[in-house]
Amino acid sequence: MVRAEVFVTLKPVVNDPEGLTIMRGLQTLGFDSVTDVRSGKYLVLLIDEADLGQARARVEAMAQQLLANAVIEDYRIAVGPVEATVLSGERPV
Amino acid sequence: MVFPGTWSDRDCAHAVADVLGQPARFIDHRARRLDDVDLVILPGGFSYGDHLRCGAIARFAPVMEAIIDFADRGGLVLGICNGFQVLQEARMLPGALLKNASCQFRCEWVNLRVEQTDGAFTTECRPAQVLRIPISHGEGNFYADPQTLAALEAGGQVVFRYCMPDGRVVEDANPNGSLGNIAGIMNRRGNVLGMMPHPERACETLLGGTDGLTIFQSAVRALQRVAA
Repeated sequence: MVRAEVFVTLKPVVNDPEGLTIMRGLQTLGFDSVTDVRSGKYLVLLIDEADLGQARARVEAMAQQLLANAVIEDYRIAVGPVEATVLSGERPV
Repeated sequence: MVFPGTWSDRDCAHAVADVLGQPARFIDHRARRLDDVDLVILPGGFSYGDHLRCGAIARFAPVMEAIIDFADRGGLVLGICNGFQVLQEARMLPGALLKNASCQFRCEWVNLRVEQTDGAFTTECRPAQVLRIPISHGEGNFYADPQTLAALEAGGQVVFRYCMPDGRVVEDANPNGSLGNIAGIMNRRGNVLGMMPHPERACETLLGGTDGLTIFQSAVRALQRVAA
């Protein structure tokens, strides 16, 4: 069993009004040093595959077909053994 | 078309059947065939709860293959609000609809300038005519990358723009941050239209206006011309 994490974010060229609103909220609270906030989606999938590479390929296909909309969104995928908890440090492929 | 979570299906059927006197029936999202229809309407609402992205799940409904095939054969397809989002997710129309720039759900009457009278849905309009039709959405902020946008403009595929009552297309008239004030686009062939405003809610004086009727009438005339 493989645990996959998928991060879906708006492309840098696409405006993110939600991120902008969050940033303004933070600044209102006094967090003046915040200069940008980008919001996105975080998905955790459990994949019934033994091989990490195979699992990644499956998740890659899922991201292309459904999880992200290539017109406006980028995604990155992290895979690891199911026992792992936070894979978010892994860089995009 | 009725997906789980569609909410404007009955309003659309009312406009087509009761106001225009044309036969209308509801098509279930699980249908595999469309049979004898001339026009498919994908109404507004929150198909599949808008989960993941608006229209993302509806795009995989069994009926969508039949709708794509129908459009490829020249059948008329009108996507309104959530229906527009579904058409984009299905890549039947380019671009995407982002969250409104204001982050607010906007439910109000807007003015639309008719930019194109060649497609099937605006033949009864005058060029640059201003239509008063309501919007009701949280994600109607039209986006397309620069090349796609340029191709839409060059190809005359922009059908409606948000404007002032006198027809001026200015930022103040833009309710959601859409690029180029775009409120509706069509495919190159002109048989598939996607629009954020709700024409079905502007078909009777009692409801505040009848400008929306022009769009349904245009479709009926287009079909009559083909039949003749």
